[in-house]
Amino acid sequence: MTETGETLLETPLHARHVSAGARMVPFAGYDMPVQYRDGVLAEHLWTRRSAGLFDVSHMGQAWIVGTDFETTARALETLVPADIVALKPGQQRYSQFLNDEGGILDDLMIVRPADPALEGRIFLIVNAGVKERDYAHLEAKLPGSVRLERDEDRALLALQGPQAVDILAALAPDVAQMTFMTGRFVEIAGAPVHVTRSGYTGEDGFEISIPADRAVAIWDALLADEAVRPIGLGARDSLRLEAGYCLYGHDIDEATSPVEAGLTWSIQKRRRAEGGFPGHARIARELEEGPARLRVGIRPEGRAPAREGAVIATPDGEEIGNVTSGGFGPTIEGPLAMGYVAKAHSAVGTPLHLVVRGKPLPARVVAMPFAPHRYKR
Amino acid sequence: MSDTRYTKDHEYIRVEGDTGIVGITDYAQSQLGDVVYVELPAIGKAVEKGGEAAVVESVKAASEVYSPVSGEVVAVNSDLESAPGAINEDPAGAGWFLKVKITDASELDGLMTEEQYADYVKSIS
Repeated sequence: MTETGETLLETPLHARHVSAGARMVPFAGYDMPVQYRDGVLAEHLWTRRSAGLFDVSHMGQAWIVGTDFETTARALETLVPADIVALKPGQQRYSQFLNDEGGILDDLMIVRPADPALEGRIFLIVNAGVKERDYAHLEAKLPGSVRLERDEDRALLALQGPQAVDILAALAPDVAQMTFMTGRFVEIAGAPVHVTRSGYTGEDGFEISIPADRAVAIWDALLADEAVRPIGLGARDSLRLEAGYCLYGHDIDEATSPVEAGLTWSIQKRRRAEGGFPGHARIARELEEGPARLRVGIRPEGRAPAREGAVIATPDGEEIGNVTSGGFGPTIEGPLAMGYVAKAHSAVGTPLHLVVRGKPLPARVVAMPFAPHRYKR
Repeated sequence: MSDTRYTKDHEYIRVEGDTGIVGITDYAQSQLGDVVYVELPAIGKAVEKGGEAAVVESVKAASEVYSPVSGEVVAVNSDLESAPGAINEDPAGAGWFLKVKITDASELDGLMTEEQYADYVKSIS
């Protein structure tokens, strides 16, 4: 129960978290593990060194279904700025649902299944906190020829870190051949699971979509390898921050455009030219003229972390923006932040001040990611 | 002989004569998680009972450390600035925050004894 008396949802792995000694917290309506006994610092470092297992079953998993791939892809392209039609079988792409002003309603993963038997279906993974809004948006906006099929009876695990491939390949050898941002079905412990080689940590790894009734068996099978430890949402956040990834509702929201957020790489060339997605006018203008503000990485020079909401100022004291995510990076062994600043202050090396507890602390714009990505390309 | 007293905000003060060593309890450090930064007051600063004396930050969040009594800061544990992990490893020893010269020893009477604090932690956990 939350303080308001609202009942929290539980993932199929809830009992496993509790018995592992996790500290449970409300997150996006679910009772989720923020950390296990090792704590955030050790869990973060373990993921970078070995392999971490995350329960992300609170995220939304759904299919959109039309008669053939192109029909479904064209329908999705009316809502997102990525090139979906060009996806090859088994290819995965990151994109955003946009509103008519080009603001971000949610960011999501999109997978074209490799299996020809799934022709016409596209798999979506959306954020937990806004999944109901996403589904309502899809139902309202998709043409009659394409329907939304929620896949609510599934768990989602992320296995992340340099050891992830060897551990998962011991259960499903075919995953070793997969490259970054591809997906396929494999069998693990007798269950059909959908695996993508992707994640939210900057490490090589996989996200594994499992029928809910097999989630515990596969969770246990992965944890049976001593190289794997369970990792909570606390380390998930510090890992994604070091990787330079946006957290929806914090670093991106309905007011920010993908160009301002530094996500221009996720808008492929054909879509930039042709448009045909919500907010194209703003996005085309921002691509042409440059956005008024830009998401940047920031490293404070001292050891004090600057948290979400901290004012970003010039060294002269002019307020130019706010920190949208900030904290301590265990891998870089220091504080780190991201936030929006006017374009004139966005170049790497620009000196800034972050105002923490009323005091301006010197900081600098830095390139992201803060910790290098280590993907299997 | 020293006497240790506790606050409901999970600070301790280990009284030695007219001064006291202030830190956070083992329960507090376990709730905070890994400490990555501390902000200590200047020596000579006047602190009030229940007023902010220091800031402690874990990977997750920042929290205030309140002074259990009124007084003047006469020493700080500057080792914490480079090794804040001592607060997790040894909160009652190497993880101390500051030493305060106690203005009014009767303020200690309103704080919990070790036994009362143990019961208090049981009641909230």
